[in-house]
Amino acid sequence: MSHSVPHAPGYVDNGGPKIVTSRFEHGDSFTLDRYEATDGYQGLRRALDRTPAEVHDEVREATVLGRGGAGFPAGVKWGFMPPGKFPYYLVVNGDESEPGTYKDRLLMERDPHQLIEGCLITCYALGLAQCFLYVRGEMALAQERIAQALNDAYAEGYVGKNILGTDFSVDITLTWGAGAYIVGEETALIESLEGNRGMPRLKPPYFPAAIGLYGQPTIVNNVETLSNLPWLMMNGAEAYKQFGSEASPGTRMVAVSGHVKRPGVYEIEQGVTTFRDLFYGDDFCQGIREDNGLKMFVPGGGSAPWFFPEQLDVPLEGRVVSGEGSMLGSGAIIVMDETTDAVKAALRLVRFYARESCGKCTPCREGTTWEERVLQRILDGEGRPSDIDMLLDIADNISPGPYPVAADPNQGLAAVPFPPKQTTICPLGPSSVAPITSTIRRFRHEYEAKITKRDSIPVSAALMSSAPGNSEAG
Amino acid sequence: MSYFTPDNLAIADEIISRYPVAKSALIPLLHLAQEQEGWVTDAAMRQIAELTDTTPAEVKGTGSFYEMFKFHPVGKYMVNVCTNLSCQLLGGEELLAHAEKTLGVKAGGTTADGMFTIEDVECIAACTEAPCLQVNYRYRLRVTDEDFDDLIDDIRNSRADDIPEHGTLGRVRQHIPVDAMAGIVPPEQANVRPVWLARNDEPAPAGAAEGEEV
Repeated sequence: MSHSVPHAPGYVDNGGPKIVTSRFEHGDSFTLDRYEATDGYQGLRRALDRTPAEVHDEVREATVLGRGGAGFPAGVKWGFMPPGKFPYYLVVNGDESEPGTYKDRLLMERDPHQLIEGCLITCYALGLAQCFLYVRGEMALAQERIAQALNDAYAEGYVGKNILGTDFSVDITLTWGAGAYIVGEETALIESLEGNRGMPRLKPPYFPAAIGLYGQPTIVNNVETLSNLPWLMMNGAEAYKQFGSEASPGTRMVAVSGHVKRPGVYEIEQGVTTFRDLFYGDDFCQGIREDNGLKMFVPGGGSAPWFFPEQLDVPLEGRVVSGEGSMLGSGAIIVMDETTDAVKAALRLVRFYARESCGKCTPCREGTTWEERVLQRILDGEGRPSDIDMLLDIADNISPGPYPVAADPNQGLAAVPFPPKQTTICPLGPSSVAPITSTIRRFRHEYEAKITKRDSIPVSAALMSSAPGNSEAG
Repeated sequence: MSYFTPDNLAIADEIISRYPVAKSALIPLLHLAQEQEGWVTDAAMRQIAELTDTTPAEVKGTGSFYEMFKFHPVGKYMVNVCTNLSCQLLGGEELLAHAEKTLGVKAGGTTADGMFTIEDVECIAACTEAPCLQVNYRYRLRVTDEDFDDLIDDIRNSRADDIPEHGTLGRVRQHIPVDAMAGIVPPEQANVRPVWLARNDEPAPAGAAEGEEV
């Protein structure tokens, strides 16, 4: 039986297996008392009874995929730490800000001890000297809950010196950002944590395991990824793999928003559940609002190329979704019904990337702004016939070559698999291309219809009103 | 003269003690300054520079990258309306327009009485509860025009006690008792193998192995 949980607005219990949301049913799920009464810190005890290497092996064996966006297996990432180059650090990425995404916020607000326990297990397994829990600046309640949980955990000897009377000691520092989407990129996160502007670092090295915080080997893991570890330590990799598919074991949290009857954050089995199950299933979203037709959906956060009704039967399995031309990313699904204006929706996401570009790479800094302005003038009825080609040309400068896109059987077009190529240091710029190519390929006629309107406007007037500063939406 | 009050200076010192490198405390200290006065003043940045072994220019350089920091006075209440895609689909832009009309200022503006500043913000992670907004980073979900008017009315009449004045984020601070701390030292002083990793070498009893220099 599925039902909403009033004390956790947004979360819907869909009656399925629960690895990370098992305590959400309790109003006091964030307290140490509740945590201890529901197997809290038992996973840590199990870990401490084993060698660090055995704990690492268990995580590798379970194939715990990263839940932040890239879907990289945590156990493999952990293996990149260069031996002997101490100290090692752990940075927890709680800077959730991808459009449409929220699940880390709920995990931090509703079950902060589970996250702390996951951090401790990681620090034990890898010999980490200190953990930094970086929470998005705008998430005041999450900061408050984690601060309280850390204070309680220190007082009870779960964190700090000689944890639970053993030789294992580690400090966890709560830290927080101040409003910058790009800081979710792991090297930008490290820059921010060092007290700098949050700009991504040049690659290689591709992983902060080589050079991370203060130049030392560093693991950056997502909140949801780490929140899986207490359960995993309690129940083992075999039990973990009973859920989900072979390539994507376990569960994952997804937030389904937009034009569905019951939007919500659901913990689902990875690789098994399909988008159709999610949108139309009784235990999930229960259909499109007013039983409208589905026009399109964003399958994995603002940075993911869009899907259409033909992709409804695709399972939420990273590899499959990549092959179909998009990504599962951060588990953010935005559903748009047939009443949605494709150009307007594309503009809104493009504007996000234009605002959030850190400015380090020229193709992104300039390109996203151009994309926004061209889309805005098309929407304002001032588009030029060459604008569609111009948009695609700007896109090609940020992300050269065929951009990942879903198949379009009506036009006989095959899917282009994810990921895109990029001329930038990080994927922010290329992400801005997703809404553009997705909508132009599928709804070119909508663009053309808007551009045709412009023909009645005198050129001089069009030039005046598309000047910088005049075309910004309020 | 200290910019920070004695209480806040003690808090600042404690924050710095939780990082191996003082500069890492820069963003938390900017938040503390904003909590003290509602925005970040030049005097605050000068003291943060002293506390973190940086220059005032570095403090401003970092701070100005992050949109939560305000370098000019803003309203006592920041009203942040989300208009990103999930909210746009369900009326976020209309809600923003209503907010602008109700308060009589455009996004980015502050009311003449200094009570409210409106911002048109990006995704604030409550997408299933659209349209949503935050006031001083406290959520209001599925907000109708009437809800908005009631909220403003409540704030004006001091009936929204879950919302502190602008600058205050979490109202619980982390505090690590000195004797419970594992020990936070600069990276160059922490270049030893953690003792418990010796368990990987042999099934040694807990606490038996010494840290070794690398």
